[in-house]
Amino acid sequence: METEPIQCITILAGHDRNGVAEPFERIDINPGDTISIVGPTGSGKTAFINDIEVFACGDTITGRTILVNNMMPPESFVRDPSKKPIAMITQNTKCLSDLTVREFLVMHVRARGITKSDICAKTLALANEFTGEKMHLDMRMTGLSGGQTRSLMVADAVLISNAPVILLDEVENAGIFKDRVISCLKSHGKAVIFVTHDPLVSLLSDRRIVMSNGSVERVLTPNGNEREALTAISRIDAFMGRLREKIRAGELLTGPVGSE
Amino acid sequence: MRLLIVAGPPSAGKTAVVRQILRSVAGSRKAAYLKIDVVRAFEDEELRAEFSIPAKKIYSGDLCPDHMGIMILTDTLVWAEQEKADILIIESAGLCLRCTPYTTQSLGIVVLSSVSGTNAPLKMAPMIALADIAVVTKTDLVSQAEKEVFREKIRTVSPGIDIVETNAIQGTGMRYLMQAVASTPEITDAKTIRLRGIPPLGVCTVCAGKQEIGWQNHCGVVRKLESTEAIFRGD
Repeated sequence: METEPIQCITILAGHDRNGVAEPFERIDINPGDTISIVGPTGSGKTAFINDIEVFACGDTITGRTILVNNMMPPESFVRDPSKKPIAMITQNTKCLSDLTVREFLVMHVRARGITKSDICAKTLALANEFTGEKMHLDMRMTGLSGGQTRSLMVADAVLISNAPVILLDEVENAGIFKDRVISCLKSHGKAVIFVTHDPLVSLLSDRRIVMSNGSVERVLTPNGNEREALTAISRIDAFMGRLREKIRAGELLTGPVGSE
Repeated sequence: MRLLIVAGPPSAGKTAVVRQILRSVAGSRKAAYLKIDVVRAFEDEELRAEFSIPAKKIYSGDLCPDHMGIMILTDTLVWAEQEKADILIIESAGLCLRCTPYTTQSLGIVVLSSVSGTNAPLKMAPMIALADIAVVTKTDLVSQAEKEVFREKIRTVSPGIDIVETNAIQGTGMRYLMQAVASTPEITDAKTIRLRGIPPLGVCTVCAGKQEIGWQNHCGVVRKLESTEAIFRGD
């Protein structure tokens, strides 16, 4: 079934764990938006993105409803993974089959009926932008590191699944270049929703949804007011990255490490 | 009363799916549950405690568990009626990938785990072919590519089958299974319930644990040295 391109995904409020209505009416997500979901463990962050993933219609524990272009989404969006406009990548998402990277990508390209011959190479090249450890097509999927797997899944979601909405659950734990992932997803016009505990990912997002007791507590739109903090955090993150690389390269960090 | 027959290989998540069904009907319909297993089973005790429903288990021991299920189904229907159940859920042991325990006048649910490999649906084709709905579990663990290929393989076995993808522990994506359960017709005449297919059951007396040798000591389908085909020998 052919469907309209996705202009807008809307979350209509549900209720918290005590049945109290959430303090918002609707949250609209448009192409190119980046949103982070923050809050303590158990506050309902994963339930929030699960609602989006399954196109909740008041039938999940949160009572939320998800609309696509202001309408109830067609059944195929929910039921057929090749029609679903949403790709969710969690810390657990893996390729379980013992395939090479090439075989994995070809399998997906074939399932999607894509005929562009260079798509596998392009997907691999994009994935390699996200990770410090380069992959090649003859590596085995089961031998990839967590960061490599996550990088490949994101590139696969962007280029092969071509999903307009990407949900990333704690992407920062995988050792990938988060800032590059975010700018790539933005430049492809993807709407991205991060569940995150990471300051840099949170501040790189246009909006922050704060969760508590199973409900959206508030929605923050910094509108550039956090620019100073973002600059500082980017510097610290880059600094930590350099230290990480030194440690990985087997260096001893003797003497003062400085702050950048 | 509605009859649901849940099959699927071990550890696919059959009981997690049953739990979601019980959760969704709790308060509106009374359910009864039977688990068929071989050596040990705990599901009946767990579900009875969790949902306060009548629940039973039966061990098939040396007998093929699906054969056992077929033998006791009529008695189980009577038991569930006595318990005034609106829904009877029967969960198979899930041992034999060739088994197909579904009957007429029931909803046949096959539960498959997406982590079992993309070719798994082809390996358990008979279990899928006669089911009404395939519930694919643990989809949160696998890549998008594998999810899509897994689905294609199920469709290869059974082009018209309804497919539901879920993380059954969380209960995501279950609404279509619940709709299928709700729209399952009630049993009209329990006397006319038949198996949908003929399961390839190994139920000779050797399977049942008889260790003597020679056809003279066995019943069922036997074979003599000089004969060219198998014969049936009653007891």
